[in-house]
Amino acid sequence: MEHKKSNENAGRRQFLTGVIAAGAATAASSVGTIAPVSAADAPARVPSALPPSAKVAAAETSTPRELARVKGIPGSDFMVDVIKSLDIKYLPSNCASSFRALHESLINYGGNTKPEFLTCMHEESAVAMAHGYFKIAGKPLLTLCHGTVGLQHATMAVYNAWCDRVPVIVVGGNDLDAAYRPPGVPTFHSAQDINAIVRDYTKWDDTPVSLQHFSQSFVRAYKIAMTPPYGPVAISLDAGLQQEPMKDHGAKPYVPRYVPTAPPQGDTGAVKEAARLLAQAQNPVIVVDRAARTAAGVGLLVQLAELLQAKVIDQGGRMNFPKTHYLSSPPTAVNGADVIIGMELSDFWAVVNSFTDNGEHGGIGTNGTRIKPDTKLISISSVELNTKANYQDFQRYQVVDVPMAADAEATLPALIEAVKSAIPNERKAAIAARGEAARKTYAENKARTRQAAALAWDASPISTARLVMETYGQIKDLDWSLVASEGNVSNWPVRLWPMEKYHHWLGRSGGYGVGYGAPASIGAALANRDLGRFSVSIQSDGDLMYAPGVLWTAAKHKIPLLAVMHNNRGYHQEVMHVQRLANFRNRPVNLGGDMGPVGTSIERPDIEYHKLAESMGWWAKGPIKDPAQLGPALKEAIAVVQSGQPALLNVWTQPR
Amino acid sequence: MLNIRWLAATSMAAVFMVSHVNTFAADAGNAVRGKTAYVKNGCWQCHGFVGQGGIAGPKLAPEPLPLAALSAFVRNSRGPMPPYMEAVLPNEELADIHAYLQSIPKAADYKSIPLLNQP
Ligand code: HEC
Repeated sequence: MEHKKSNENAGRRQFLTGVIAAGAATAASSVGTIAPVSAADAPARVPSALPPSAKVAAAETSTPRELARVKGIPGSDFMVDVIKSLDIKYLPSNCASSFRALHESLINYGGNTKPEFLTCMHEESAVAMAHGYFKIAGKPLLTLCHGTVGLQHATMAVYNAWCDRVPVIVVGGNDLDAAYRPPGVPTFHSAQDINAIVRDYTKWDDTPVSLQHFSQSFVRAYKIAMTPPYGPVAISLDAGLQQEPMKDHGAKPYVPRYVPTAPPQGDTGAVKEAARLLAQAQNPVIVVDRAARTAAGVGLLVQLAELLQAKVIDQGGRMNFPKTHYLSSPPTAVNGADVIIGMELSDFWAVVNSFTDNGEHGGIGTNGTRIKPDTKLISISSVELNTKANYQDFQRYQVVDVPMAADAEATLPALIEAVKSAIPNERKAAIAARGEAARKTYAENKARTRQAAALAWDASPISTARLVMETYGQIKDLDWSLVASEGNVSNWPVRLWPMEKYHHWLGRSGGYGVGYGAPASIGAALANRDLGRFSVSIQSDGDLMYAPGVLWTAAKHKIPLLAVMHNNRGYHQEVMHVQRLANFRNRPVNLGGDMGPVGTSIERPDIEYHKLAESMGWWAKGPIKDPAQLGPALKEAIAVVQSGQPALLNVWTQPR
Repeated sequence: MLNIRWLAATSMAAVFMVSHVNTFAADAGNAVRGKTAYVKNGCWQCHGFVGQGGIAGPKLAPEPLPLAALSAFVRNSRGPMPPYMEAVLPNEELADIHAYLQSIPKAADYKSIPLLNQP
């Protein structure tokens, strides 16, 4: 980290020495009301065109001789007051000089609570921790980073949060004043508009130029992030504004009160029309991706589904619908539908159409339909209110008969009432019969799934079904939360675990940017720790290696998590992609001595993830290749996690 | 996720083009050689090392398709499975793969596995 040097003679820092507030608290231990310092006290700036004298140059490069030379109330202390007004519990961050003033205020003036600084080793880890945390706590975290190089590191995780509709407050330090900022590294680390790099996948951003501007922008950013559809926001924070004492602009800066915005509800007429279609349908199907924003959303979906005895396809962006419910159905349930209602889907097109990557049509593959041509489609999606142009997370265009730009969870109560009134008495027997048929199909599917899980039960490397069920067998009596499942274990957890509560499943990364699993699961485990829950993750090998330093963060801050590795020793999605292309081109794959095509395997040498974790303060064991050893190892690991520490099992697994 | 969708969407459309079956020696292949060929040719990637299947491909074993049907499928697939031509995967190797798949023992009834009978 580069640190700026204090300078009593040169540049804009000079006037700081002239700003005196005799007796002003320099390290107040509690948050108090801050009296701003009058700008009239500050001497005029030295013209920037003057060449530095020998004294100035020495001051730029030498160590300050005395402390407390910056008088007055630091602007960054006021920023801490603003941040504290929003009750933000943690601050996962990688330290950086461009926010050193705010950093100092947070830990000394703010007492390092609300937010508490969590030392991160990569900005991507910090943002992904905030991402995972929100999905349990329902409250956003703040992260600070260098506005240039730090934000560059953070971007992929910001994109994941954007696609997954998760609020994260990203603040990047930046020294705007080109005439006065320190030369060299701090200038490399400055930009005109740091937020430009994330503007395509944040809901809002700003560059405040005064403290009052900061307080308005910070509260506004929080409010925008927390209005459905949720999403990340970015604030560029000038280093000078943080470091300089408060100035008096005539009125004392104030901290605006945060009042949450009510989420958008579906238009009454559209809700009525949707209810009419659903009530009249022979075979209505409900498809949900991020419909449940809270635990209450799960209950509302159960009500709607039971009212209609409609099958529910939960695409798993969140835990929307209990997997133990007889109306819980596989994606193929759309086939015979006459009315489909999609709620907060990221891709309605793919619900009703198919794409086959078969090399036809000159290599681009084939498209097909999965539904009857006259099927009526209804959509409730808040994301329609927040579409941007560049990144293509809005997916292919799908024509919908009743589209509502609204939040699903907020609209469900009105929709349920409308459906109740719309169901004619004479349809009630048919609806009940639909439920009976669904119970039978559910029982058959369940038996078929379990039989499929029995295949390769004793295989080595360990089958993904065995991995998942051995794990479940050891945690089932705890208040468990599957905080991430990355790397694709054939979806066994959602197929086999009796997920019922909102925190049983958190969904995936959103943007499929690999490297989400390890940090997001640690962020979610932090939130679960505070709620007394047990966190478990299925941790893939490729995902862990993007930024394994987050393991240290978990150990450092005593975040208990059981990470069970799905170590298939490759970037397996790409293993299959390259094989597919070789087949299309009718030539053998160059394996280069590995199992997968050159460039896709993670073997020779095999990574000893257990040693990696151990070196960063985790309890760890492995490599476990024999399925009989898995149960006992899990028992040991769980005891460690219950004592408050993270534990990792390196398990060699089948590919999928 | 994409894979789930491809599979869900297209598995019903799988058509065996039995008329294109290649003629090759009807005698059984070699299961040991077949295991090597199964790995070398990447069948494990989508079907698992013991043909158990999963999200990326259906189960192939135990009780594989008869050799003729298996061969017809592997050569002519136009669905989510990329076809293997003879230049890449000779008939003898495919017969060996079939023998390997045939050698894989039947799975236990899930009802006999306590971990698969948890509430
Ligand atoms: C890139 C993934 C992939 C690879 C590699 C692959 N398969 Fe497949 N295979 C699939 C998929 C997906 C299906 C389902 C196709 C469908 O439904 O049309 C399938 C289906 C099959 C079937 C039909 C099974 C049935 O019961 O319907 C056979 C047989 C088969 N594969 C054999 C093989 C063999 C042998 C190899 C290696 C030489 C192989 N596959 C390699 C993905 C793959």
